Amino acid sequence: MELFNRPIRHRINTIWMVLCLILIVSLPFILSIGLFLKSRLLLEDHSLFDLLFTKVWKPGDGKFGFYPFIVGSVWVTLIAMLISVPICLLTAIHVTQYTRKYVLRIIHPAIDILAGIPSVVYGVWGILVIVPFVSRYLAPIFDYRTLGYSIIAGSLVLSVMIIPFMLNILIEIFRAIPVELKEAALSLGATRWQAIKQVLVKKALPGIIAAFGFGLARAFGETMAVLMVVGNVVKIPKNIFDPGYPLPALIANNYGEMLSIPQYDSALMFAALVLLGVSLFFNVIMHFLISRYNKY
Amino acid sequence: MSRILKNTEENIFRVLMFISTTFILTILAIIIYSIFEKGIEFISWDMLTQTPKGGYYYGKEGGILNAITGSLLLAGSATLLALVIGLPFALFLNVFLIRRKKLVAFIRFLLDMIWGIPSIVYGAFGFTLMIFLGIKTSLLAGIIVVTLFILPIMIRSIDEILRTVPIGLMEASYSLGSNRSETAFRVFVRQAFSGVITAFLLSFGRAIGDAASVLFTAGYTDNLPSSLTEPVATLPLSIFFQLSSPVPEVQGRAYASAMVLTFIILLASLFSRGIGKRYHKTKINF
Amino acid sequence: MEPNLQKIDIRNLNVYHGKDKILKDVNITIPENKITVILGPSGCGKTTLLKCLNRLIDLYPELKAEGQVLINGKDVLNTSEDIHNIRQQMGLLSQRPYPLPMTIYNNIAYGLRLRGVKGRRELHRQVMHYLQMVNLWDEVKNRLRAPASRLSIGQQQRLCLARGLAVNPEIILADEPTSALDPISSQIIEEEFITLKDKYTIVLVTHILRQARRIADHVIFMYLGEVIESGPPEQVLENPQMEKTKAYLKGAFN
Repeated sequence: MELFNRPIRHRINTIWMVLCLILIVSLPFILSIGLFLKSRLLLEDHSLFDLLFTKVWKPGDGKFGFYPFIVGSVWVTLIAMLISVPICLLTAIHVTQYTRKYVLRIIHPAIDILAGIPSVVYGVWGILVIVPFVSRYLAPIFDYRTLGYSIIAGSLVLSVMIIPFMLNILIEIFRAIPVELKEAALSLGATRWQAIKQVLVKKALPGIIAAFGFGLARAFGETMAVLMVVGNVVKIPKNIFDPGYPLPALIANNYGEMLSIPQYDSALMFAALVLLGVSLFFNVIMHFLISRYNKY
Repeated sequence: MSRILKNTEENIFRVLMFISTTFILTILAIIIYSIFEKGIEFISWDMLTQTPKGGYYYGKEGGILNAITGSLLLAGSATLLALVIGLPFALFLNVFLIRRKKLVAFIRFLLDMIWGIPSIVYGAFGFTLMIFLGIKTSLLAGIIVVTLFILPIMIRSIDEILRTVPIGLMEASYSLGSNRSETAFRVFVRQAFSGVITAFLLSFGRAIGDAASVLFTAGYTDNLPSSLTEPVATLPLSIFFQLSSPVPEVQGRAYASAMVLTFIILLASLFSRGIGKRYHKTKINF
Repeated sequence: MEPNLQKIDIRNLNVYHGKDKILKDVNITIPENKITVILGPSGCGKTTLLKCLNRLIDLYPELKAEGQVLINGKDVLNTSEDIHNIRQQMGLLSQRPYPLPMTIYNNIAYGLRLRGVKGRRELHRQVMHYLQMVNLWDEVKNRLRAPASRLSIGQQQRLCLARGLAVNPEIILADEPTSALDPISSQIIEEEFITLKDKYTIVLVTHILRQARRIADHVIFMYLGEVIESGPPEQVLENPQMEKTKAYLKGAFN
């Protein structure tokens, strides 16, 4: 530590910190520009509209219709949200408003562990539990035969993966609401449920929406777990028991082999650019929503 | 009458809330149980101490030592690197830029954006960059991409801790004649030590568990990691590749890898709680 | 009816936090249409006592209350009656203003609707009435649909007072209501209280001695969970009987 004298050490530290700052600040721009440059080859021959809304995917023939993948991504993400949103909201209200403190002390580590379990492990769990469950129990209820590798299997696995992420934010939001606000509502004669429904949830609403927005962005880009259970068939799914092929899975499944066709390579980078765009878009919107949080 | 109706509504929701909370805890138990129940069938001394024999996709013999060492090496180096970059940066935000509130808010905003970028995007970008620079899949490339991937997590977690350091401590340090970097590295780091450990373990967990970012960049091999420029096996990819094999013994290696990986994650989580508590003592409470 | 009607009568009230007793054998009466000031250093249980009155201690599972709190002769701690109706008999004003996350108008209308007031015209009339009562109407009449958080802290506190009055209570409970306010806003609130005591029984918790001197009709001095002394201000504040009260008045605890 005593290698240099104080002013020099101070200077080295400062330069090091400024270098880190430049790296961090430029990272999102470098990613966007890099991926855009790579996808230019594809965009020269195909209009953006054609890429996003045509259905034929034949890289060998130069046909790059991303529509099936986009539909797959949207379905898997939305159904996952549909499952996890009510669960997160109900649990967050439960553990912050109704239960004693020890329940929070149980749920916090549980959330941490759920959030820490790697994507591939969720994938393994999906193959071991969810896929057979869909094939043996869920699909037969609707009179449908499937191996289980399907949109719904992907959604179920994905919904469990994003629960800890959203629930954590929601609990923070509800805990940040001062207890006096609840007291005020109660002293006006509201029941506990009225106070929660009409005052607390309303107070937390921008935060709740933002939490779900962040969750949505995260779900849209999630790759490995979904890839392992969703079936990966290039076809527009007709119902939730059909297999699907989300965008991230497209990238992950075709790495390496794309190199033989330059436009194919470009197409996959375009897919990555779309994912990056969706992620940044949602995060920016939700960020501004939260920063306007204090309107009321 | 309407009061009774209102109570009914509350009661219905209370039941639903109870179910939701129970559901989450049950799902966690099911996940861990199913991973360990399947993994324990295949775990053996040989599994943990040998590399795969006869190819990772078809060879029936051997274990997953290549993936265990590879993962620990890759994730460990990436996390250390992220700490070396991230800790000074977090200090920079909280000590040097203390008067530039708008700039700091903007940097935090950017970090949160970067945190949200899917890891597959990092992987794809890293792969492109490697081709551009003429680097092949290797431990080094994996380390670089994973470092970038966990950097925002590392910085933001340390940042959240440093934000709680009271300004009075900074004033005290300056009034004793310390300059800014001494204040940062000697006073702030000590005050936030347990938080830094937690951030380190959290980032390590992310680094060792992520598959999408190493898929293109670190490659895969049956051998133990030998040099920075050779491909390296990782646990997530050991799971991903071997699970799709038609050979049951190879699939077994995937299940064993899943169990080892989950075990490491649980251990890291346990450590971060335990160590966090232990080092709380050196912290001064205000 | 007794001639000397006691609005609130607290008998043998004990509150436990786990094994700790934080209120010890509290026996006090609070007279009607007077300003009763509960005085004492911070942490002496004043706020807890206040929260026993409208049973907000139900919100804190770690607190347990024993004894009787009689309001108009009815025990609120052990009543089978709907607690929400009892709470509507008491308006609450807390340390900082906590406006509901709604418009200025709805902050008042929320309680009115809970009370069963219906019809747009009637609601509007009453909102205006209560805002006038706290002298806020002229300041906000052109922006009733603006979020309540846009008001200044002093205005917010008056809004919260109006909100409490709108449920037509008999009692106003105020927990250091001026501690977050500037001197002028504080003075406005104190003047409101003096006007309001014709119609309402006011219970004010404070640690500001001068405030007690200015507006108290009846003073209760508490220390470490016990009621040390109570009576008219001339007695408790000017000629205290107990050693602890004397020490406090000399500033020994501050």
